[in-house]
Amino acid sequence: MSRVLEVENLKISFPGGDHTRVYPVDGVSFQLERGQTLALVGESGCGKSLTSLALLQLVPPPGRIETGSVIRLGDTDVLALQGEALRRIRGRRIGMIFQDPMTSLNPVFTVEDQIVEGILAHFKMARAKARERALQLLQEVGIPDPEQRLKAYPHQLSGGMRQRVMIAIALAAEPEILVADEPTTALDVTVQAQILEVLDRLRTSRGMAVLLITHDLGIVAGRADRVAVMYAGQIIEETSTGRLFANPSHPYTQGLFASVPRITGPLKRLNPIRGSVPAPAAWPSGCRFRPRCPKAFDKSELEPPLLPVEPDHLMRCWLAEQQGAGTRQEPGTKS
Amino acid sequence: MVGRELSGWLLRRGLQAAAAFAIALTILFFLMRAAPGDPLSRISEGRPLSPAEVATLRARYGLDQPVTQQFVSFVGGLLRGDLGVSIEYGRPVTALLAERLPATVLLGGSVLLLNFTVGLWLGVRQAVRRGRREDRWLTTASLIGYAMPSFWLGLVLAWLVGIQLRLLPAAGMQDPLLSLEASFVERSIDVLRHLVLPALTLSVVSIAATMRYQRTAMLEVLQLPFITTARAKGLPDTVVTWRHAWRNALFPVITLFGLWLPILVTGSVFVESVFAWPGLGSLAAAAVWGRDYPLLMGASLLVAALVVAAGFLTDVAYAMLDPRVRLA
Repeated sequence: MSRVLEVENLKISFPGGDHTRVYPVDGVSFQLERGQTLALVGESGCGKSLTSLALLQLVPPPGRIETGSVIRLGDTDVLALQGEALRRIRGRRIGMIFQDPMTSLNPVFTVEDQIVEGILAHFKMARAKARERALQLLQEVGIPDPEQRLKAYPHQLSGGMRQRVMIAIALAAEPEILVADEPTTALDVTVQAQILEVLDRLRTSRGMAVLLITHDLGIVAGRADRVAVMYAGQIIEETSTGRLFANPSHPYTQGLFASVPRITGPLKRLNPIRGSVPAPAAWPSGCRFRPRCPKAFDKSELEPPLLPVEPDHLMRCWLAEQQGAGTRQEPGTKS
Repeated sequence: MVGRELSGWLLRRGLQAAAAFAIALTILFFLMRAAPGDPLSRISEGRPLSPAEVATLRARYGLDQPVTQQFVSFVGGLLRGDLGVSIEYGRPVTALLAERLPATVLLGGSVLLLNFTVGLWLGVRQAVRRGRREDRWLTTASLIGYAMPSFWLGLVLAWLVGIQLRLLPAAGMQDPLLSLEASFVERSIDVLRHLVLPALTLSVVSIAATMRYQRTAMLEVLQLPFITTARAKGLPDTVVTWRHAWRNALFPVITLFGLWLPILVTGSVFVESVFAWPGLGSLAAAAVWGRDYPLLMGASLLVAALVVAAGFLTDVAYAMLDPRVRLA
């Protein structure tokens, strides 16, 4: 396994009024390995999208990445880059796909224009040659009749086709890392599966590392190699996909599983997590999940670090210290 | 866009424009006649006319005919390219308009050009530098410019630059003392020097407005997801700003351009008087006071034609620039 991206202690802040700053992303660390998929899972507002934008220094102002954060791409320190050097990373080393394929494509340019400009931004070649590559890319992402689609404008395509075009754009400069920020959220369920299929195939054929950002645990199983669950700007549980599904340990992760209706087993009431994710300015001291946690106890008032639950399985909860206690529980049962 | 679909649409849209012009023509004609006063009241000023003289004059200008008859003959003349004879000047209206038109087109054209180059550029700059010092200064400047009455600014500029500093001529369009043998280049430079102050005066307000529009439109586009896509592709900032953002922030400004276009023939009565610019604005103002129906009608029709044309051109521009516009 070769590590292609390392994120260490990533902190992103926004002005919070009264000259204070709030931290929607607060000390996130993870690694991407070549040919593997890491899923970053969490509810909206947990900081997962901001995290992905930070990888290319695309955090919208007035947000900023705090000093002390490290994003290492091979031997390149991404956060030290600016101007032309930064531009050369974008698209070329890391490609990105966004949530809503309608608004993420420029409405006034054809598919061809939008793919070709991505190629020409990084490679010196004739436009005709770039067009040929664009055609190949459309075939690669499974667009039928690609010759015609090249001339189409985004509004002439269906949602699934648009997202395929987005993927082709992200792949235009052959990046080694693909970041997919909720790539299927805006799509029909049947189309979702197709898009995920395409991503999987490309990862294998191109040996890319994929960062899959999603709120949907359902699409993680069988697709991601590892999962990091985020809550309130922090990663609160991280392990291989198999371990997470076998043994979800953090009370928040257990809550997420309990919120998903199950097809097998006896029919039960869903057991959603009470309350909702607080805004960054209102994050409590100590464990940030404490106010919503059914298992909170006195030690929860101290901020927990990532603690080992079992080998290669970390969670940000003091319960990890009480080996096994409460962690072998069948998800969904009342505690 | 299919060729036949396009030509069909152009034809329909052209007919609509023609209909709009016809309606404007009708309303203008009857509105003018409904206004109190009469061309002869002005002619008779200072000297009483005998009833016989009045009758002769009325007959000469067709004012003795019923209004509907007058309308029919006016439209007939219009179709032959004849707008009648000015009561005030005793000369064909078309000749009078043609004489004054170049000065107004020159002034209006310069204003449009300045407006939609400087104004656009500043607005885009502001949006890209949102919230920074330059943006705040330009915002203040544009609000001051927008609030400034142009005739007042014109007077100040004429007094300061033209009279106190003697940098530029403060009145007219040509130096009457320029020798007759002056070359074309010398004459052009002379006209340009005369043009600066009135063009600047009119531009200040319009540039201020365009800046505000362009800034708002750009800010709206810059926060759309496809801008992030463009950046994530590794495109240079200038390409993101101008190709991806500005191309989409152009539409409100096209509408604004359409609204400004008639300035080519309307000029500005105030600014033309301040700088003694020999344009249509002052001619039209005189025609109003004199109830010079034919001249007034001619000048108004010119404006109406350009307003209608501007609407038409705006639609065509949208259809050409926005692939989502359905031609229906």
